Amino acid sequence: MIPRPTPERFRLRRTMMFMNAQKPGLIKDAYIYGVDSIMLDLEDAVAENQKDAARFSLYHALKTIDYGDTEVIVRINGLDTPHWQEDIRVCVAGGADGIRIAKCESAQDVKIVEEHVEKAEREFGVEVGRTLLMAALESPKGIMNAYEICAASDRMFGVAISGGDFRKCMQTKPTADGIDMLFARGQMLLAARAAGVQCFDTVFTDLDDMEGFINEVRQNKAMGFDGKSLINPKQIRPVHEIFATTEKEVAQAEAWVSAFREAQARGVGVFTVNGKMVDAAFIPGAERTLRLAKACGMYEGDLV
Amino acid sequence: MTIEKSAVAGTLESSDAQITVEPAQDGIQLEISSSVMNQYGRQIKATVLDTLERLEVTSGRVTVVDKGALDCTLKARVECAVFRACGQSEKNIPWGGAVK
Amino acid sequence: MKNAVGRDIPEYLFAGGREVYQGKNYMDGRYMQKVAPRTRRYEKPQESKIVATLADALRQCGAKSGMTFSFHHHLRNGDYVVNMVMKAAIDELGLDNLTIAATSLGEAHDPVAEYIEQGKIVGIQTSGIRGRIGEVVSAGKLKTPAIIRSHGGRPRAIEMGEVHIDIAFIAAPTSDCVGNCRGIGGKSNCGSMGYAMMDAKCADHVVVVTDCLVDFPNMPASIEAIDVDAVVKVESIGNPKKIASAAARISQNPRDLMMAENVARIIASTPYFKEGFSFQTGVGGPSLAANLFLEKVMDERGIKMGWSIGGICGPMVELLKKGKVGKIIDVQDFDLDAVNSINQTPNHFEMSASQYANPANKGAMVNKLDFVVLAALEIDTGFNVNVLTGSDGVLRGAPGGHPDAAAGSKCCIIVTPLVRGRMATVCEHVVTVTTPGDCVDVLVTDYGIAVNPQRPDLIECLDAAGIPHVPIEALQKKAYSLVGTPDDLEWEDQVVAVLEARDGTILDVVRKIKPLKL
Repeated sequence: MIPRPTPERFRLRRTMMFMNAQKPGLIKDAYIYGVDSIMLDLEDAVAENQKDAARFSLYHALKTIDYGDTEVIVRINGLDTPHWQEDIRVCVAGGADGIRIAKCESAQDVKIVEEHVEKAEREFGVEVGRTLLMAALESPKGIMNAYEICAASDRMFGVAISGGDFRKCMQTKPTADGIDMLFARGQMLLAARAAGVQCFDTVFTDLDDMEGFINEVRQNKAMGFDGKSLINPKQIRPVHEIFATTEKEVAQAEAWVSAFREAQARGVGVFTVNGKMVDAAFIPGAERTLRLAKACGMYEGDLV
Repeated sequence: MTIEKSAVAGTLESSDAQITVEPAQDGIQLEISSSVMNQYGRQIKATVLDTLERLEVTSGRVTVVDKGALDCTLKARVECAVFRACGQSEKNIPWGGAVK
Repeated sequence: MKNAVGRDIPEYLFAGGREVYQGKNYMDGRYMQKVAPRTRRYEKPQESKIVATLADALRQCGAKSGMTFSFHHHLRNGDYVVNMVMKAAIDELGLDNLTIAATSLGEAHDPVAEYIEQGKIVGIQTSGIRGRIGEVVSAGKLKTPAIIRSHGGRPRAIEMGEVHIDIAFIAAPTSDCVGNCRGIGGKSNCGSMGYAMMDAKCADHVVVVTDCLVDFPNMPASIEAIDVDAVVKVESIGNPKKIASAAARISQNPRDLMMAENVARIIASTPYFKEGFSFQTGVGGPSLAANLFLEKVMDERGIKMGWSIGGICGPMVELLKKGKVGKIIDVQDFDLDAVNSINQTPNHFEMSASQYANPANKGAMVNKLDFVVLAALEIDTGFNVNVLTGSDGVLRGAPGGHPDAAAGSKCCIIVTPLVRGRMATVCEHVVTVTTPGDCVDVLVTDYGIAVNPQRPDLIECLDAAGIPHVPIEALQKKAYSLVGTPDDLEWEDQVVAVLEARDGTILDVVRKIKPLKL
């Protein structure tokens, strides 16, 4: 039995890679590619008559495989299916770090899942509140309600847009410049930032079009996304490269954070770096930069 | 648990195992074929019997066609086949109890 | 008696002064007596050497029971020639007690297994053994133990008379009426005919089998008419689809690519990576993909590869055409890009197996290699590699040029996933040692890199480049933690195959496997 550490609500999640929970050959070591989060899928990747088998497979994978520092999220089936309740039980019992709610449309959806998660945590003797949640917004209604969804629970760490279903609703197709989902992405980002949670972009399905993929990831970064959902390990590297920090950013963040910590230790509220006063409000951002830099191998210090 | 009807779980893909359980009298009749028989045959047998014991299956014909599955996969497939054979695979699985 | 890689070799195999493996370069500096073939004179001018059938050719060469016939495997899994010849010899001429000395045998030769079971074929000497032949030999059905040699060990054994070839059969994509052969210009093209050259020079008799007769003289010839007794035209020598794939595509498998990238980083971290360096790679997924990443670091550093050898395929030919490698010297071709390039693209040359890899000549190409990137079925914590037996103990692989390139090169990198299905590739003891650990320098897996502690210089290189590595034991333990510790295989006493080191000493033996009964 592999005891997983308590999940961190706000951690680095540049890349979240989908894996079919039903395929033993795939899930046994998906972490070797250095992805930040693995998304074990009980939903679309699993055939309707194999949902039960996928849960057994998932349970033992969660209990047996040492995923190390890689976060393990499970995408459960939608609330309009007969599967989601048992999905939640197996996720909690297996000790998944988080659950991705498919086709989420309202705060109520999040609350229902939260209720069942808590029930399962009590049933299986898991610390209440341990299991994190994120929501996939797959419909115009979900996007319209993005803020209430993001703010619906303390367990919520983020939202992701799911392009396939969303585009179907909107009667659009993927475009090279992303205009088809520009507004939806923007609305979701605003909601996520307003609620203080993370925000992730949808998958890019054409594996042969690396150039298109890279352009989309650049746009994601420019818009302010925290990360992207992926379908193949070969997509990991470009995302990590595009989301990487610059050396200048790292140096500045390091200076700010260490000056802040010293000021704190001395009980001083205000502090300066190179003679200039720095606002304490910049510190969480600077810490995030250092965490990112650490993940990119650009920072080896111990401030984060 | 009592095997009430025949059931199958798993596939013949590499790293998977296909488990078939069928009702039978007089104890467990186990048949194993494996692509890694010479090195892991004994461990496969032990894992399957162990899993059946935890599920309190005392009678049945169990056929394992193993394609190099890890132990965790073998367990998952045996459990799924047994729960299916009892018509109980969809909900209220005793995670962490008989299934562990 | 235990040899230098800790393998127990039964003493009855020492007949004729055979020794056990003593370590790399043990035979260096010794003198040897080469043997010469007994050949027939054709003083009277002949217009043509074409005979009607294989049976006629066999009769003309005095074929009789107890003889050794040799074959080469450039037609790979598409080869028809081995089966045709053995059928003619056994079914038409009624011969038995025959030995096949091939450069490799595979699924294409499954019908030969039948002759082994009937006891008509009693000896197999080869550099590769797969398919039904591997199974029946493993089951102990061959009368004498099969002898497995590397591509370099084979020409050595032929020259020293350890293998005496009575009749060599040349599968020739094109031949003229007197037996000048080439690997191109016909309908079953294979490109290089390097493995067959030694056979043609050293056999008592040589029969060319072709499905495409061309005008005399077929030049430049890979096999020269001066060595050929007879030419037989057949309908087809092989299935072109299985001889050479359209193009060896570089793997898109992310696991392969990840490992391949690390291989290139390691290469670039060593002092051998400089203008004019030399390189050989296998055609397995991650080995071949190393080409891609190597090209990137070559561009970054602004250096070019001097030359490349081995089995050749498209990606290497591409590098030649782009001017990023100076010369390709080629013993075998794996895809049509390579087949169509040899002797056509400037600086793409053909070479014999001896020139490629023979440890007993005065310096084979492998001895000048900087890097070789190779695959493995298994590698153990002593860095010994197995590319012959499956982890179930059955013969299903090919040492090929693996031990030769590993021994000759300055830096031998093995690249393999840590586990395949439930099989631990990195293990405590390989089933069979085909390449001894003293020839292997670095292991790259999907779970990490290990450097042979005998190479502290390379450890320094990796450290300086910031390439993380771990002791090989850590990789082996990780593998076992994933798949479980395998039970030891159980063997009968009967030796079914003797594995010769490239210098002719005994590196290992394969015994008959005792199947597990539950």
